[in-house]
Amino acid sequence: MPKLLIRNGRVMDPASGMDRVADVLIKSGLIVRIEPNIQATGAITFDASGLVVAPGFIDLHTHLREPGYEHAETIETGSRAAAAGGFTSVCAMPNSRPVNDDAAVTRYILEQAERFAITNVFPIGAITENSEGERLASIGSMKAAGAVAISDDGRPVMNSRVMRRAMEFARAFGMVVIDHCEDLNLSAGGDMHEGEQSVRLGLRGIPSVAEDIMVARDLLLVELTGARLHVAHVSSARSLAMIAEAKKRGLPVTCEVTPHHIALCDTDVVPYDSNFKMKPPLRSAADREALLEGIAAGVVDAIATDHAPHPGSEKMQEFEKCPFGVIGLETALGVALKVLVHTGRISLMRLIELFTTGPARVLGLDRGRLAPGAVADLTIFDPEMVWTYDVNRSCSKSKNSPFHGWTFRGGPVATVVKGRIVWQRNQERG
Amino acid sequence: MRAGLLGIEPLDRSEIEAILERAKAFQPAQNQPFVKLDTLRGKMIVNLFFEASTRTRTSFEIAAKRLGADAISITAAGSSMAKGESLVDTLNTLAAMRPDAIVMRHSASGAPHFLARHLPIPIINAGDGTHEHPTQALLDARTILDHRPTLEGLRVAIIGDIVHSRVARSNIFLLSKFNAEIVLCGPASLVPPELARIAPGVTITYDMREAIRGADVIMMLRVQLERQQEAAFPADEYFQFYGLRLEHLELAKPDAIVMHPGPINRGREISSEVADSQRSVILNQVENGVAVRMAVLERILG
Repeated sequence: MPKLLIRNGRVMDPASGMDRVADVLIKSGLIVRIEPNIQATGAITFDASGLVVAPGFIDLHTHLREPGYEHAETIETGSRAAAAGGFTSVCAMPNSRPVNDDAAVTRYILEQAERFAITNVFPIGAITENSEGERLASIGSMKAAGAVAISDDGRPVMNSRVMRRAMEFARAFGMVVIDHCEDLNLSAGGDMHEGEQSVRLGLRGIPSVAEDIMVARDLLLVELTGARLHVAHVSSARSLAMIAEAKKRGLPVTCEVTPHHIALCDTDVVPYDSNFKMKPPLRSAADREALLEGIAAGVVDAIATDHAPHPGSEKMQEFEKCPFGVIGLETALGVALKVLVHTGRISLMRLIELFTTGPARVLGLDRGRLAPGAVADLTIFDPEMVWTYDVNRSCSKSKNSPFHGWTFRGGPVATVVKGRIVWQRNQERG
Repeated sequence: MRAGLLGIEPLDRSEIEAILERAKAFQPAQNQPFVKLDTLRGKMIVNLFFEASTRTRTSFEIAAKRLGADAISITAAGSSMAKGESLVDTLNTLAAMRPDAIVMRHSASGAPHFLARHLPIPIINAGDGTHEHPTQALLDARTILDHRPTLEGLRVAIIGDIVHSRVARSNIFLLSKFNAEIVLCGPASLVPPELARIAPGVTITYDMREAIRGADVIMMLRVQLERQQEAAFPADEYFQFYGLRLEHLELAKPDAIVMHPGPINRGREISSEVADSQRSVILNQVENGVAVRMAVLERILG
């Protein structure tokens, strides 16, 4: 592999605090030097003048749908969408078919990724067999096969005894437990956030308390077991407040929020348009505000997409029949810049942290930093470029996005994975 | 209106007034044989009912025929929906036959709104899930106006399973536009506090006597056991606390009227004595159903 020299970019690295114009020299998939005016004969050069050169973005929460739902997404198409969104790593949720609940499935995902993915793929294993919430999955062997965490995302473990055992097990293996916090009895039948808007539209509600109760339970179990807990896609103010308090007490807990929960609330739902239907649902304006404040205050560790592809045939039906979830890899950076940085709530460096060192710390991954010797995963983005998202040109197989037609300021320009440019914005597209 | 009629909420007050005024002209004179008009001659209206209905479907059909239109009724049980065809495909098939309007009832809230985004044909909502039933609210308003000079400032009690009622929502939206005082009442699990915020002038009480006190209009709703997710209230004591009986009527205005969208469950939400009393205008509501739907069809297709 020839050397790669990224010239003249604004190198921003939250891990070291570096923020200066410099060149980055990459050789054999590793960063060799970061300095101004590097001379490297024979290197491929990329002119990053006016662009930000950041550590590669890591998405903690991606549904790649393979194996089993390849009509919605594959490891290949999902990774292409990830790269187009500036992500160099995605963590694949286990709710495939079969569920990733043993080492064979974990290995299959990694083999497919090796052959077809253009980004890194880190599989997340299930907590219980078939994510049925009853018997523990083969947690130890999945870890040995390469799983980076466990989660029954989408089908949360309702039985507290099972969750306790899972946490004990995970702790012993040094695995993070990622929970999609939802009391399935309280949320049953719900289609959107329970509030004035759901009542107005005649849709069944998913109350915030369905999330809060499970966050509370999990925090108590963390206290009991000492396990590392990561709360996925926090959407409610109360849940975030409990997490903040738990962190203050020193509990080993982290959390993520999604771009859609910080950009939209229940009053933004286009009535009966399933591109606005996801779990947890878009909550109230007050909840959204609490998430934004939580990000600014440092309570939130990462932004994660919960990229959840569903083909048109599933999203084109009665609202109550449509599955939950929206895609989000390609819009994450644009949305985050819009609602967090352009509004002055956080600095650009803090934003990069939420996409890099933040998620790396959650999983204990040796990624997300720019330094000699580090794996050369880089995200190069233009903080000023104005562009409009057209979901019909998405790299994803699915087109279910609430951000179709949105105009953003700032977006990815090139994505470097292990020293290779795997994606570049087509200049003609502007 | 050219676009169809999906709900009361987006309508202007003037539009509602125009429909109600026009419906008055379609009310049959006492004992007069009905004269068939040819306003909509050559127009085809498809009534597509994915959910059981007697009065709404029949009255839309009669309304269409009295205006000279051709009306075809399709019910889910006898259609390709029963063979697993999706809603979009069914509607695309029908759209290819180029009807001038589709009247649609569906058990999913928003089903007509979803289709209206994808089909170029006017869609008239004949009841969508637990959302709206606009022509019911219009015929209820017409019925009230047959007994009161104006809707302005009336005190209207709506009693029963409000959260699951499309009739209640459409009535709330309509009456609120005329500054009526709307009191909602029912078991707490069926009357969430958010309902008070969906339109101006709405208050909530869980005490039926308080709701009825001073009312001009008492609207009873059907207890919709089929829409209950679980036991949201103890069914055995429903009538005791939320069933309308003769003794309640003494609390209302002396000339108060009792309404019910039907079909009624005697002994569940309303006693037989009240249903059959002089105060009951339930059959007037049914009569007005045809007149109001004629006005709606004429406005959309005429």
